[in-house]
Amino acid sequence: MSGGLWLRLLDGLLVTLQLTGYGAVLGLLFAFAAGLARLSRHRVVRGIAFAYTEGFRGLPALVVLFWLVFALPGLGFQLNPLFAGVLALSLNIGAYGAEVVRGAVLSVPAGQIEAATALNFTRWQRMRRVVLPQAVVAMVPPFGNLLIELLKATALVSLVYLQDLTFQGQIVRAATGNTAMTFFGLLVGYGVIALILTILMRLVERRAAASLGRAVRPGLLSGRTS
Amino acid sequence: MTRADQITFDGVSKKFGENVVLDDLSFGVAAGERVTLIGPSGSGKTTILRMLMTLTEPDSGTITVDGDNLFQEMRNGTLVPAREQHLRSVRRKITMVFQQYNLFPNMRVLRNVTEAPVHVLGLSQDEAEARARELLEMVGLADKIDAHPAHLSGGQQQRVAIARALAIRPEVLLLDEVTSALDPELAAEVLDVLRDVAKSTSVTMLCVTHAMKFARDISDRVLMFNEGRIIESAPPAELFDAPQHERTQRFLRSLREES
Amino acid sequence: MNFDWQTAWDSVPQLLQGLLIALQATALGYVLALVLGLAFALARRSHQAWLRLPVAFFVEFVRSTPLLVQLFFLFFVLPTVGLELSPMWTGAIGLGVHYATYTSEVYRSGIDGVPAGQWEAATALSLPRRRTWTRIILPQAIPRVVPALGNYAISMFKDTPQLTVITVAEMLSVVKALGSQNFQYLELITMAGLLYLVAALLIAWPVRIAERRYRKENA
Repeated sequence: MSGGLWLRLLDGLLVTLQLTGYGAVLGLLFAFAAGLARLSRHRVVRGIAFAYTEGFRGLPALVVLFWLVFALPGLGFQLNPLFAGVLALSLNIGAYGAEVVRGAVLSVPAGQIEAATALNFTRWQRMRRVVLPQAVVAMVPPFGNLLIELLKATALVSLVYLQDLTFQGQIVRAATGNTAMTFFGLLVGYGVIALILTILMRLVERRAAASLGRAVRPGLLSGRTS
Repeated sequence: MTRADQITFDGVSKKFGENVVLDDLSFGVAAGERVTLIGPSGSGKTTILRMLMTLTEPDSGTITVDGDNLFQEMRNGTLVPAREQHLRSVRRKITMVFQQYNLFPNMRVLRNVTEAPVHVLGLSQDEAEARARELLEMVGLADKIDAHPAHLSGGQQQRVAIARALAIRPEVLLLDEVTSALDPELAAEVLDVLRDVAKSTSVTMLCVTHAMKFARDISDRVLMFNEGRIIESAPPAELFDAPQHERTQRFLRSLREES
Repeated sequence: MNFDWQTAWDSVPQLLQGLLIALQATALGYVLALVLGLAFALARRSHQAWLRLPVAFFVEFVRSTPLLVQLFFLFFVLPTVGLELSPMWTGAIGLGVHYATYTSEVYRSGIDGVPAGQWEAATALSLPRRRTWTRIILPQAIPRVVPALGNYAISMFKDTPQLTVITVAEMLSVVKALGSQNFQYLELITMAGLLYLVAALLIAWPVRIAERRYRKENA
């Protein structure tokens, strides 16, 4: 395989990492916005968030992506392709993340909120100083799983001609004619990225648990939580 | 009930489902008074503290603190359900220590005690810390300032919770079975701290407890609850040594057998 | 440009045919995922390291790599080793193996949730290992994981549009075929999206009922 092809794969890797990174940031934003909105006192806010989470958990990410790239221009909007990719992926992962946020907030014991009330914190201070710092710790492991799901979903953008790792893999396959090796190599590549992300998330998990003075599970790779 | 009472309950009732917890209850507590609430479990004692802390609303009746109605406020000349702002203003004088301590695990000991003074009372960080150190010294935990709550014993956690409550300079301190989750030895440490508090401050105390010796030491008055009503009210020496009501006699006998 | 309702409406019969094929792939893949997932879960509880470790590695590997690339791999590589399968079967195997790595985790958590006392009781009765599994452990483990397993049926259905890359004539393939004639992608993708949504909600319905029933029983 020539140096030019290796460079292509490197370019593709960068696009994949970009999609994963931006998608994670925007997805986190959607997750918190929708997850907290589902716990709102206002019915309309709850309703919108419910529609978003149920809707995007029922829509295939690939169809959302196709809609943004091929259908939206029919309404007169042309998105930057990378942005369309990030948006489709983060809308999808954000809907699952919203459930994580909601569940984690609800898992904070009622006694914590009562104690904060007894100290006369405002509603916002209770959330910001007591509930969220504890809820976030509970969010880290499931967010780690979602990050891997996001990484895997980035491969879909190759179908709308974004030049990510999978797209460049197809080019390499066409150039070398070595189908089995190329796809296997791609899979190993994604596997290695996933492994690195898993280890990073495990480190975050440790720090998060330590912030509550909790002991942490031993080993960086022992069984993922599902 | 006299006009001078700081806290008044007037015709307060509460049901949880079919279960009547408080039944048309009226009583008052004077400023600085120490009142212990006793009675079998489910007789409504804890509900009274939770109502004063605005954690549980009554179905009917009124509760006032220093003349302010807890759950209702005047708006355009009519009484309406209190909003958060009103609740916060009445909560300012009151705080509560819980059976399960409820320390914030995301903050170390010192911050547990300084958080409300800084963010609710608006004290400076230095001021709040100086006061917190004093209080932690008083509860005998000066050396645990940087510890995580999770690394403290139950008794230590409860003593931090007491320091945290005192740090906001309450006028009314509610103590909800604060030693029920503790071994006798650890419970004794906590009760000693509370005896100190009773001696050295003038805070009004409402205390739900099964620790009879402690109740006798600190109380001005003991209220015996049964089925959502007060069936006997007297100074501790009177109520413990010569209970009038048959139900009180039976309850005290069962407590003695336990210990 | 406006939304052309006529085109949208006219495309429905063909889209529905695609939906039917997507559901068929989901059904085949799901059965495979249920069976294979249980096999993986049992293998990972095995006392034999030669069985336990490779399966663990395989599960973790498949679970952390894209289904899309796995589908390419199966589609192009299986024929070279003499396995000529229809696109539908290739797709069902791709979905089934991928989701078996998820269902195996679900089974595992169900098995771990059976109290240790049950194993001890089986030992005390000196039941053979196989009988302990089939009569004691699995009958307790599986009912409690039904809702979680059901959720993966929905996820799997949502992944069927990816089968378009291996020429399965599911709904997205229909969209592409019709679109290449009339270029009215807005109408076609929007209609397809609505049908996916409706179908996913219909699949979710019994799952939610099972979830609620399970929660009530354990309340």
